[in-house]
Amino acid sequence: MQSRLSRIFSALVVLVLAGLLGWFVLSTNGADSKYRVKQGLDLAGGTELVYRADTSAITSDTQGALNSLRDVIDRRINQFGVAEPLIQLERSSALAGTPEDRLLVELPGVTDVTAAKDAIGRTPILEFKLGVGATSTSASTSAGYIDTGLTGRYLSSAELQFSNTTTGVANSPVVILHFNDEGAKLFEKITAENVGKELAVFLDGVVISAPTIQEVIAGGNATITGRFTAQEARTLVQNLNFGALPVPITLISNDTVGPTLGAQAYNAGLHASIIGFLLVALFMILWYRLPGIIATLALVIYVIITIAIIKVVPVTLTASGIAGFILSIGLAVDANVLIFERMKEELKAGKGAQEAATIGFGRAWPAIRDGHLTMIISAIILFWVGTSLIKGFALVFGFGVITSLISAVFISRVFLRAILPEEGGRVMRFLLSSGFHTGTSAPKK
Amino acid sequence: MYIVDHRTPFFAITGALLAISLGAIVFFRLPLSIDFAGGSLVEVSYTDARPELSVVTAAIHQLALGEVSVRESGTSAITVRTRTLSPEEHDKVLLALSNNNTQALTELRFNSIGPSMGAELGKKALYALLGIIAAIMLYIAWAFRTVSKPVSSWIYGLVVVIILIHDVLVPAGFYAVLGHYTGSQVDSLFVVALLAILGYSVNDTIVIFDRIREHLRTNEHDKLVEPFDVTVGKSVTETLGRSINTSLTVALALLALVFIGSKETMDFALVLLVGVVAGTYSSILLAAPLLIPLAKRFAKDAVITDTKKKR
Repeated sequence: MQSRLSRIFSALVVLVLAGLLGWFVLSTNGADSKYRVKQGLDLAGGTELVYRADTSAITSDTQGALNSLRDVIDRRINQFGVAEPLIQLERSSALAGTPEDRLLVELPGVTDVTAAKDAIGRTPILEFKLGVGATSTSASTSAGYIDTGLTGRYLSSAELQFSNTTTGVANSPVVILHFNDEGAKLFEKITAENVGKELAVFLDGVVISAPTIQEVIAGGNATITGRFTAQEARTLVQNLNFGALPVPITLISNDTVGPTLGAQAYNAGLHASIIGFLLVALFMILWYRLPGIIATLALVIYVIITIAIIKVVPVTLTASGIAGFILSIGLAVDANVLIFERMKEELKAGKGAQEAATIGFGRAWPAIRDGHLTMIISAIILFWVGTSLIKGFALVFGFGVITSLISAVFISRVFLRAILPEEGGRVMRFLLSSGFHTGTSAPKK
Repeated sequence: MYIVDHRTPFFAITGALLAISLGAIVFFRLPLSIDFAGGSLVEVSYTDARPELSVVTAAIHQLALGEVSVRESGTSAITVRTRTLSPEEHDKVLLALSNNNTQALTELRFNSIGPSMGAELGKKALYALLGIIAAIMLYIAWAFRTVSKPVSSWIYGLVVVIILIHDVLVPAGFYAVLGHYTGSQVDSLFVVALLAILGYSVNDTIVIFDRIREHLRTNEHDKLVEPFDVTVGKSVTETLGRSINTSLTVALALLALVFIGSKETMDFALVLLVGVVAGTYSSILLAAPLLIPLAKRFAKDAVITDTKKKR
């Protein structure tokens, strides 16, 4: 049995830690903070576009083609000037008919869908431009470069090789360009006239590589020996091979939420959470008295931990996520209710306060464990099978349930044990009973 | 114990509620939103006075987009639901809504989903529901494996599945009625609500089953032979306070969501509220009492007192 002092000490430690975490949660709400809660498009406003990628024409390396599709779209979106866009490949689940590849594009803050769709759908341009002056600026814009007339139209293919002779560095990646006949002639002419200058490769107006012409190149093959990693070289080859969209895409879903609607949903969700929490706390304190106060404290810490997890992971918060959060508050309360009801029974049976608490926790544990585990299983399945909206719910709900487990068995226990005396007097008995009982009646059989 | 002794009338009441819910689903149908059926939804809010609905409807009908629904939403907004729109058609709808740019409006949301995608979302949602029910049943059968006497732990799993189906059907029936009067449709949020109800309801049932499990263990330890229905009845009574209190707290949180939450989540919160109430009464009135007829049927060696005879 721990001494009273050490029990109080552990409670204080938990309080201080929770306070620090609370300070973290409150101090990271600024617009520039890295740990600001990331709001989903339904709350912050923005556009979500889903494209179907038609890979039927691609015979080999479908994944490579899809990856380069994503890179191409990514570059176009970046040029469009969207803060924190999300571009990802998805494969529709095999559970629902013929699987198909999808491209998901999330554009926070963008509500002018037409402009965004145009930016994504237009044909990209691959260009070769000469640097003005020998190895000039490495600016990423087209300023400082002049057109050569050589474009992706003249490229027949690009490939990745690993060389250990030309550069002297073992296994350094090399990108080989193959031009068609017309391109070969043009390329030979350009290189002949501009040895020592930079010949930059532009994709959609952005420099993706800026090698220096080392000699006249005839025959229609060019070698780029940039200082890039194998991965970068692979990306470059993909980009060059698929100057145009490598995979045809069609828009199959479009969801735009205006910023006003999003803000309304967010504020309403926030207010509902706060009021809901206060109602629950009020009920707990009125009905369960002293343990109710402890449970409320544990709940506050529970809320702090959950928000901290949402911030750090980070979980993108959506309207359904807020609903999952409110529901998990209810379940966190339940764990406490279970413990207190059990404790009350032990008190009625005439046990001392400390002993009743210990037995109460032990008795309540299997039910809490089974209940929480089934909910965690549910959350995992939801996250696994669900659509993005359901995932948003599952993630917050899942983290909430895990936190609830910790808060119920650990935090409530530490506080309760720190406060309870070994044996309860009349006042203590009143404080520990609940509802309409006065707590002074003799133990019933 | 009252509930267990009078289980037949309670079965009748819960059965009747279930039948009403099923009837509501069959008669009113659960209209699918564009999330599952595919289609487009345009919601605009007018800066000045909202034009007459009939004017807007007429303007939209001129576009010949097939079946369309035009509804007022909130105080200054109008929602238009159509088949999946192309970008050009979308522009035309906006033009029609603004009466050829004579009425200032802001587009609150535009949601467009292709039919195949909608069907896939629907299937995914269904698989998620079934997957969760199956996983929960397996877990219960496993968690109660130590108390397979007198009733096999699979029976507990089976009862949980029955309860879960009940708890999903009742709010679904409620939603069918709600949809009939308010035009609410089955969207992804509704599915989320049903999934949440599953999680909540199983927790409620587990608490009662856990008490039965504990009593069975203690009885075995004390070499005490107690009729199964007495054990069940005792367990229901002992957990009654907790069941009601927890439901109250969850209901309080949900009421806050109904009255203060955004209008998008209001239907969601209502469905959850109905689900929580259904989950509570089903775990008390249905789950534990159901164990007894099942024990009679499948566990011949279970000691069960005659229903007619009072304890």
